[in-house]
Amino acid sequence: MTDWLNTLLQGVLLGGLYTLFATGLSLAFGVMRLVNIAHGDLIVLAAYVALVAVETLHLPVLAAAAVVILVMAAGGYVLQRGLLTHTVGRGILSPLLVTFGLSIILQNLMLEIFSADSRGLQAGALETASVSLGGDITVGALPLMIMGTAIAVIVLLQLLFTRTTLGRAFRATSDDGETAQLMGIDTKQVYALAMALAMAVVAVAGVYTAIRTSFDPLGGPNRLLFAFEAVIIGGLGSLWGTLAGGIILGVSQAIGFRLDPGWGTLSSHLAFLAVLVVRPNGLFPRTRDR
Amino acid sequence: MSLLSVRGLTAFYGDSQALFGIDMEIAAGETVAIIGSNGAGKSTFLRSICGLLAPPADSIHLNGRPIAGLPANQIARAGIALVPEGRRLFPSLSVEENIGLGGYGGRSGPWTLKRVYDMFPDLYIRRSHAATKLSGGQQQMVAIGRALMANPDLLLCDEISLGLAPRVVKDIYRSIDSIIGEGTSVVVVEQDIAQALRVADRFYCFQEGRVSLGGRPGEVSMATISGAYFGV
Ligand SMILES: Nc1ncnc2c1ncn2[C@@H]1O[C@H](COP(=O)(O)OP(=O)(O)O)[C@@H](O)[C@H]1O
Ligand SMILES: [Mg+2]
Repeated sequence: MTDWLNTLLQGVLLGGLYTLFATGLSLAFGVMRLVNIAHGDLIVLAAYVALVAVETLHLPVLAAAAVVILVMAAGGYVLQRGLLTHTVGRGILSPLLVTFGLSIILQNLMLEIFSADSRGLQAGALETASVSLGGDITVGALPLMIMGTAIAVIVLLQLLFTRTTLGRAFRATSDDGETAQLMGIDTKQVYALAMALAMAVVAVAGVYTAIRTSFDPLGGPNRLLFAFEAVIIGGLGSLWGTLAGGIILGVSQAIGFRLDPGWGTLSSHLAFLAVLVVRPNGLFPRTRDR
Repeated sequence: MSLLSVRGLTAFYGDSQALFGIDMEIAAGETVAIIGSNGAGKSTFLRSICGLLAPPADSIHLNGRPIAGLPANQIARAGIALVPEGRRLFPSLSVEENIGLGGYGGRSGPWTLKRVYDMFPDLYIRRSHAATKLSGGQQQMVAIGRALMANPDLLLCDEISLGLAPRVVKDIYRSIDSIIGEGTSVVVVEQDIAQALRVADRFYCFQEGRVSLGGRPGEVSMATISGAYFGV
């Protein structure tokens, strides 16, 4: 019994990582209607940046995380202003193709620079530390921290969107970019800031990916898939829905793995399909008048 | 010096031309009506002024400064606000958020959230509702309030009476009267000639992308105006 409880808890906490994967994707889609095919590769890139910061620059993990966030956010800003801005307002296909190309370029660049070897980031005691929740129930400190971070990220984004002028500008631009311009909003700048923000979340996901899992240059698409599934299970545009989606993926993976180690990820994908069959618009679709 | 000076303004949608050299002068504090039948180019004219369509270089000056070619958000900050045709409220923003966002450009002036609510008390009661859940008349008030929050030198109103009950139109135009009283220059675009001519110092009649007639409401006969309007 406690075995199963432990399994469930691990699954829930694994959902934190999937939520972080998905949040950046959801943000870029929510503000810019951008489906970023390179999203997973950017997570892997962030993981490598973390690796370089720790192993080459010898920064402590926390400082390295700050560096990764800054580097990725700046990169996101430049990526939007320099490249993706040209795809805005040109239909759905052109951003798909551009980010697909970006995905391939990133994978090959990372192969070239870091080789195909699997890597991981040593974070010392954090990786093995665990917290006892009474009885035989224990959870890893790191998964707990990841889930805490995921929730904190969502709360902060929610506050940003509802309580700040920039957040209102994000929502207005997403609703109707032309009219947003009439309000004096520089929508190109808004897009670039949204991308910077999305990449900051990608950076956080990347750092945790580096610590929690092993990763290699070709691991992006798999992470993109999980991010997509979490977003779609949750319902497009709903950040809390994304958390629910992440948890559903994590729990089904943990259960599948428990039944047969080969079934782990397969059962996540099956859970995704099952949700889609029952609720084609996801669990918490954002209803809005158009 | 004119507040707004337009010289030889043309506009295109792809290969099809919608405006064929419009000239217009608007003095500070003046109210101008633009009338004309459906498809005459009135909205295209307003959208060109706001930078939503690409106007020819040097065709538009605001307070003597060339604004043709500036991005729309900079033109808004320079002091031109549009109440767009069809209102174009932001559906995911509340009434108050919609109105407040009008002040995004940070221009100072007489208009504040409180003054907009004083003018439209119905909006204060519904300030936390989703803007697109309101009645048509109230949505129009949100659109006007949002534009006023920019504290514009020039307010452009595109068919603000369209689809509204006569009583509501009266309310809306009472607010236009008080905006004019504030000294703001206003352009009203209407198919409803009587309403537009009542508030205007001068009018322009558009027909097929050209100005077919201009003048002062009292000095031109109704027969001449309808001739220019219908192109007979
Ligand atoms: N988005 C558009 N694409 C193509 N043609 C348009 C577009 N908008 C308006 N037009 C054309 O431009 C002309 C002027 O339209 P418009 O400015 O909307 O007229 P009005 O506001 O006076 O009714 C019309 O012939 C109309 O068909
Ligand atoms: Mg029109």
